Amino acid sequence: MMEKFTTLTGIAAPMPLVNIDTDMIIPKQFLKTIHRSGLGKNLFDEMRYNPDGSENPDFVLNKPAYRDAQIIVAGDNFGCGSSREHAPWALKDFGIRAVISTSFADIFYNNCFQNGILPVALPQDAVDALMRDAENGANARLTIDLENQVVIGADGTEYPFQIDPHRRHNLLNGLDDIGLTLEKAASISSYEQQAAQSRPWV
Amino acid sequence: MTGTTHTTGPRTLYDKIFDAHVVERQPDGTCLLYIDRHLVHEVTSPQAFEGLRMAGRKVHSPERTIAVPDHNVPTTPDRVNGIENPEGRLQVAELDKNARDFGVNYYPMNDIRQGIVHIVGPEQGWTLPGMTVVCGDSHTATHGAFGALAHGIGTSEVEHVLATQTLIQKKSRNMKVEITGKLRPGVTAKDITLSIIGHTGTAGGTGYVIEYCGEAIRDLSMEGRMTVCNMAIEGGARAGLIAPDDTTFTYVKGRPHAPKGAAWEAAVAWWRTLKSDDDARWDKVVTIRAEDIAPVVTWGTSPEDVLPITAAVPAPEDFTGGKVGAARRSLDYMGLTPGTPLSDIAIDAVFIGSCTNGRIEDLRAAAEILRGRHLAAGVRGMVVPGSGLVRLQAEEEGLDKIFTDAGFEWRLAGCSMCLGMNPDQLAPGERCAATSNRNFEGRMGRGGRTHLMSPIMAAAAGVAGHLVDVREMMAQPV
Ligand code: SF4
Repeated sequence: MMEKFTTLTGIAAPMPLVNIDTDMIIPKQFLKTIHRSGLGKNLFDEMRYNPDGSENPDFVLNKPAYRDAQIIVAGDNFGCGSSREHAPWALKDFGIRAVISTSFADIFYNNCFQNGILPVALPQDAVDALMRDAENGANARLTIDLENQVVIGADGTEYPFQIDPHRRHNLLNGLDDIGLTLEKAASISSYEQQAAQSRPWV
Repeated sequence: MTGTTHTTGPRTLYDKIFDAHVVERQPDGTCLLYIDRHLVHEVTSPQAFEGLRMAGRKVHSPERTIAVPDHNVPTTPDRVNGIENPEGRLQVAELDKNARDFGVNYYPMNDIRQGIVHIVGPEQGWTLPGMTVVCGDSHTATHGAFGALAHGIGTSEVEHVLATQTLIQKKSRNMKVEITGKLRPGVTAKDITLSIIGHTGTAGGTGYVIEYCGEAIRDLSMEGRMTVCNMAIEGGARAGLIAPDDTTFTYVKGRPHAPKGAAWEAAVAWWRTLKSDDDARWDKVVTIRAEDIAPVVTWGTSPEDVLPITAAVPAPEDFTGGKVGAARRSLDYMGLTPGTPLSDIAIDAVFIGSCTNGRIEDLRAAAEILRGRHLAAGVRGMVVPGSGLVRLQAEEEGLDKIFTDAGFEWRLAGCSMCLGMNPDQLAPGERCAATSNRNFEGRMGRGGRTHLMSPIMAAAAGVAGHLVDVREMMAQPV
C-alpha cells in the first residue's frame, strides 16, 4: 500500500530556519481539499510565491539547483504546529522523501511515516555539516540508507541515526498499519469486554 | 484495571491512564492503545473516510465517534442558507455524508450544539476523566483538563482509529509543570500557559506528556484548565493533563453524555484514584511561581515569543543560535522595531474566541472589561463564541449586548479567524490582538499580524487601540 523507503540518493535543499511550522509548509487555504494528492504545487506557498502568484526567485526550492530536491535539511523543531497531514502530503507530492533536522514536532514526525517520508533526527553538528553540504548546490547530493541507519554526506562522511525499529520495518517494507492492526481484532474485542466490566460508563 | 501490562512501581497520572488502555504491548514498547472517544471535524477527516470506503471497512465504534464541522463554517447568521465558498461547502457536505453513512454522533452546522470540536466534546459530556481522547487536530490537548489522555493525530491515524478504535503508540516521557502559589489580579490561565511556553520554548515539551499541577492550577475553573491544556501542543508536548478533582466532577455532572446514577458513583470512585503517586518519577520538572507571572503578549511569529506587557520589543541579537535569524524574520513580518515598548503597538483588530478562549468564562471576563467602554476608533472587533450553547448562555446573561454596545460583532460559533479558513480573516499588514493560540505567519490571513493574549488583555487592547496592561484599565472606573 505505502511506498517503500530503502535507500535514497538525492539533492538536499537547505532551509536553515528554526520552527518551520505546518502553516508555512502548507497554508490553511489549501486544506479545503478532500483528496490527498495535488498539494505539491502549494508546498511552502507563502514563501515560494509572491502575492501576485509569480515565483519568488530567492526561495530555495525555486532555485535551479534545488527544483528537484528530494531531501530538506532544516533547523530545529521542523513541522511544529497543527496535526494536518496535508504537510507530509504536500512534501511527498512535491517529491520530498526525507527531512533532516535536529528535532521534529511529534505529530508531524508520526505523519511522515504514514506517507513513506523519512524524518531523520541528527545532532546539531551533523545537521550543520549537512546544511553546509546542501548549501553547496552542485555537491548537494546526500544518501540516506535506512537499512543501515546512516546518512552519507557529499564528502562521504557517515552520520548514523536512530529510528524506532517498528517504524523502520514498516517503512522498509511499505507496510500499512491498519491492515496489521485489523489482524489483532481478537485482542481488541477481549479488551473491550474487560473494559465494559471495569469502566461500564465509558 | 484492564490492560495487559503495567508500568511497575510508582506511577504518574499519565502512566495510569496509558496502562489502563493498553490492548497489546510489543517487546520494543510499541503499544496498541484503546481509544475511548474519537472526535472528528471536516478538514482532517475526508481522506480518512475515503480510505475506509476504498477498503470496504466500517467504523469500528460509531458510538464512540463524534463529528462536528467547525473550521470552515461561516460565523455570520446567513450561514443557515449554506456556505458560499465551494470548497468549504464541499468539505462540510462530505462530513454530513460521512457522518450519516457511517452512523457516528453528529452535530451539524445549524444545530444549536455545534461549535469548535474541543468545546463541544466537554460541553456534551463526551470527555470524561481517565479516558483516551483523540482527534485529527493538535488542540485535542484541551481535553487533558479533565484528566483524560488527549492528543492530536494525523489523518492516516484518524483512519486507523475509525477502523480499529485503537492507535499505535509509544509511551512519551513524563514532565511535571508546577505553578506554585496564587495568581495576581489581572493574570489569567492564558498568561500561565503562554508564560510556560515562553519559559520552555515551543520544543520544550517535545517527546513529553505534561502534567500541570500546583496551587494556581488547582484554583483554576475547568474553563481555565482547558485554556492551559489547549496550548500544551504549542509547547511541543503531545498532551497536557490535570488530575481530576471536585472542580472536574462538578463540571461533568449532569452533562448529556456523563454517567448517571450508580454509574456516576462508580465512575467518580475510579476518577478519584487518578492522580500521580507521591513518589512518581519525572523525566523533567519545571516550577514557576504564580506571582512571577504577569499579563503577557506575544511579539513574534512563534508562541514562544512571549513577554510581559511591561517589556519592550526585543532585538535579534538578544537571542542565540538559529533563533537570531528567526527573530529577525519575525520582527520583519510583524513590522516591529526593537526597543519599542509593547504597550505602544497599535492594533487594527481584536479577535475573542477559539478553542483556547471561546468559553463562557472567557466571554464573561472580556465583557467585564468592556462594560461601559467602547472600541477605539478604527479598531474592528469580533467575538466568536466557541459553541452555539456558549452563545446562548452569553445572550441569557446579556453579554452580547455589552459586546455590541462596545462596537464588537457578535458572531455564530466556529473556529473563525483563529485560522481564517472561513471568510473571517485579517488583511495583509493588519494587526490583531487575539485570544487564539497561534501567531504563525499568515495564520489569520496572509500577511496578518497576530499578538496572542488573554481575553481581558484583548478587550483592553481594543478599547485602548494599542496593546495595553489590562491592570491599568481594571484600576480605572469607567
Ligand atoms: S479554534 Fe483554532 S486552534 Fe482551535 S480547533 Fe479551531 S482552528 Fe484549531
